[in-house]
Amino acid sequence: MEYFIELFFSGLTRGSIYALIALGYTMVYGIIGLINFAHGEIYMIGAFTAYVIATVLGIYGFPVLAIIVLAGLAAAIWSSAYGYTIEKVAYKPIRHAPRLSPLISAIGMSIFLQNYVLLAQTSDFLAFPELIPDFEFMEPIAHIVGTTDMVIIVSTIVIMLLLTLFIKKSRTGKAMRATAQDRTMAKLIGINVDQVISVTFIIGSALAALGGLLIASHIGQINFYIGFIAGIKAFTAAVLGGIGSIPGAVLGGFILGLTESFATGYVSSDYEDVFAFSLLVLILIFKPSGLLGKAEVQKV
Amino acid sequence: MSLILDVKKLSMRFGGIHALTDVDLQISSGEIVALIGPNGAGKTTFFNCVTGIYKPTSGDVLLNTPKTKNIRLNGLKPNQVTIKGMARTFQNIRLFQSMSVLENVMIGRHCRTKSFIFGAAFRTKFTREEEQQTIEKSYAILQKIGLEVSANELASNLSYGEQRRLEIARALATEPALLLLDEPAAGMNPQETQDLEALILRLQQEGQAILLIEHDMKLVMNLSHRIYVLDYGTLIATGTPQEIRNNPTVIKAYLGEGADA
Amino acid sequence: MINDNAQNNKDIKLITEITRSLKVSLWFVFLTFPLLVIKVDALEKTVEYRWQNMLYVAIGTFLVSLLSKFFLDQNTKRKERAALVTEPQIGFLERIFNEPKYLYPIAFAACLFALIFPLIFSPYQTNIMTTALMYVVLGLGLNIVVGMAGLLDLGFVAFYAVGAYSYALLNTHFDLGFWIVLPIGAILAALFGIILGFPVLRLRGDYLAIVTLGFGEIIRLVLENWNEFSQGPSGISNIDRPGLFGMELTLNQSINYMFYIMIGLVLFTIFFVNRLQNSRLGRAWIALREDEIACQAMGIDKTKTKLTAFALGATWAGMVGVIFAAKTTFINPASFTFLESAIILAIVVIGGMGSIVGVIVGAFVLILLPEYLRALSDYRMLAFGAIMVMVMIYRPQGIISNVRKHIQYDPEEKTAKKSVDTTQAGKS
Repeated sequence: MEYFIELFFSGLTRGSIYALIALGYTMVYGIIGLINFAHGEIYMIGAFTAYVIATVLGIYGFPVLAIIVLAGLAAAIWSSAYGYTIEKVAYKPIRHAPRLSPLISAIGMSIFLQNYVLLAQTSDFLAFPELIPDFEFMEPIAHIVGTTDMVIIVSTIVIMLLLTLFIKKSRTGKAMRATAQDRTMAKLIGINVDQVISVTFIIGSALAALGGLLIASHIGQINFYIGFIAGIKAFTAAVLGGIGSIPGAVLGGFILGLTESFATGYVSSDYEDVFAFSLLVLILIFKPSGLLGKAEVQKV
Repeated sequence: MSLILDVKKLSMRFGGIHALTDVDLQISSGEIVALIGPNGAGKTTFFNCVTGIYKPTSGDVLLNTPKTKNIRLNGLKPNQVTIKGMARTFQNIRLFQSMSVLENVMIGRHCRTKSFIFGAAFRTKFTREEEQQTIEKSYAILQKIGLEVSANELASNLSYGEQRRLEIARALATEPALLLLDEPAAGMNPQETQDLEALILRLQQEGQAILLIEHDMKLVMNLSHRIYVLDYGTLIATGTPQEIRNNPTVIKAYLGEGADA
Repeated sequence: MINDNAQNNKDIKLITEITRSLKVSLWFVFLTFPLLVIKVDALEKTVEYRWQNMLYVAIGTFLVSLLSKFFLDQNTKRKERAALVTEPQIGFLERIFNEPKYLYPIAFAACLFALIFPLIFSPYQTNIMTTALMYVVLGLGLNIVVGMAGLLDLGFVAFYAVGAYSYALLNTHFDLGFWIVLPIGAILAALFGIILGFPVLRLRGDYLAIVTLGFGEIIRLVLENWNEFSQGPSGISNIDRPGLFGMELTLNQSINYMFYIMIGLVLFTIFFVNRLQNSRLGRAWIALREDEIACQAMGIDKTKTKLTAFALGATWAGMVGVIFAAKTTFINPASFTFLESAIILAIVVIGGMGSIVGVIVGAFVLILLPEYLRALSDYRMLAFGAIMVMVMIYRPQGIISNVRKHIQYDPEEKTAKKSVDTTQAGKS
């Protein structure tokens, strides 16, 4: 039973990370209908930025709390900046091109960013410092669920709630929903669509960066290739929950995380990624609209 | 006159919306039948259900052609429906814009021809002959429709009215027992509409059965042998043009509740 | 006076352009600062600031920004000019490659050069050329799927792996020879294409791309983990080279032999793909790419037509896979990563989707350039990525755009001939 609970929590932790990255996919897809293939790379860049900044601050002798806050902030700021720039450079000029063009551009961007980090930093695995200290009150249950796991799960849920609130209530959130429904109409009633798209990329990227920071301190190592696998899995989560739906992305993330955790725990750890990919293939074949998504009706 | 299309109690629901409820419709060979109704009455949904683009919730669609007797069409895919002998045009023109006019019609011949990978690679005698036949037949159809001068033009270079006629040519190329036209006169100028009327009449005289959705009442009244009227997904009237013209329910549906006051 | 004004306007425009580019440059300096300038060593606890990188980025992005603006202006001007002329504009390269007068001599010279290539150059060079030819065929195979049928397949490498492993396993376990396995590998890959394609081909374009990527990764992961079957990550070695009527070949001879086999396969593929393009099936692919619903309404079986493209592409990948295994005599799953799919896709996209000559040029440029410019090889993938983005933005039709031949019918003579027209393909 204890093993089951342990797997359950480790699944939730994984799921939270997938959910954080999946939110970015889902938001971008909802607004411009593009699978932002480079989104996983944003997350990877977030992790690397956090790594660099945290190490520098550590060497200069900053206190732990300051390091956590500053590294997190830096990761979010730079990832958002990258997300914003990618949209401007690689997607905006071909927004009206046939559907596959932006996707190919996104794949190119993803390859470019991976190799940029490979060349700018290193191809080796880097040991990521453990940023989150162990809380004392967690001591009794620490053998089942660690502090880091708890922080990850709780912050994901909080972020999702805040994001939902933001999109439901705020002016920008409303503009985003309007743009998602009908871009031309949104433009006609005076919404600055370009700005809305930029904001979407910025928010999505910041969330991915947080995900990057959290998972890096959870797993303890990073390299330039982590974005690819995480990106595909987060995309799976987004599709599973119903692409375009924010609660769907989180639900999808949790389901995927739990599936993986139990499958590796009870079946075999060799095929961890195979489970995720198989899940992706199965959903797309049997329920492409996902759990909480709306089915598309083809207009003739 | 034998029955070609027999639609029995066709219903289509999208979630809670009843787009079509128990629609019955019959077409005999050599007949022009029109399906009319106000916007949103379910005419195009009816076409989509009959041609397999939507799967109807309940009801039967039976097709009788010289080759096949009483084939159930519901549940078949659109391409199978076309192979069985029913072809359609689209309300919003759906031509292959980057292909030439002739090639558009040749696509219509696809389901009546056979050559495949091997034939394509080695250009067998069969393939060469079939290809030549496809071209000649397609050209003949263009002549019938009056577009042969533009055969080698790109489809996108045609005028609006010509594009609508090319849609008809493309559908004819599949050798349909029944031709379904979805608002063929939409957006045409009076001259083009007149030409279209003549064309449809000519097709009918050659023995082609036609089901027509159209808003242009003059065209409908001039051409149709019988008319079906849809409103809110149900049939409210059927009959000859004369009967429909004088039917109070139809007038009410078109002009609204206050019209009879 | 008027002249002065124009001059002034020009100056002002230039100044605004320069300030804009300066801002862009500053933004990129900020963007690249943490990763490109700072380098930390967590163990030694040292921080290295690479300020020279900042300078490179500043100058580089400034120039790129200025040039791209200039380039975009030229592009719009050209488009405006093209809009005035009703006759379709055909580029210089397209004209050369579509005029039999030029194309045939070029092709003939290329063939002649290919035949004597191993006699002039060293086995090392021949080997590299064989690799490039393999990518030509892979590119042409993927071109059937992506360029002609408009299906974005990101898991193409899976079929390549199927071919390679068929030969490796059949050769090591059952001692089957190259020429027997070549068709077997092709058929197995095609079967895989059909099995994988059948459930996924009804998906929308971008979903299809992701699912094929997923399939590609699944196959690689299975090969990596199923040790009893594929010997896992350590791979299969000592695969036989192809035999020539039972003769034993020296290493150099077999390198040359491989080269000629590839030349043969390339010629066969070009012949095949070219015929396919102008057939009933090729027309159906183009129509399907443009409008699926209209296509189905015309009686074309969507699934069957797409599946044919998918299986044909897989067939070619399978054949090249068999050749790859025979050429290297050793394979392991590391040769079949997503990156490989991405490179093949880059060849097709950058060369020119749907265009046979384009794909050939693309394969030679992308495979040979990094081979010969060793200094560049570190930057190879970086450049691939950047070029893919730039091609999509500035030249979506690739280096050599596809010039589709339309059927021109002459009713009097009852003859049809193919004629050139600028209809760009790849507009799926």
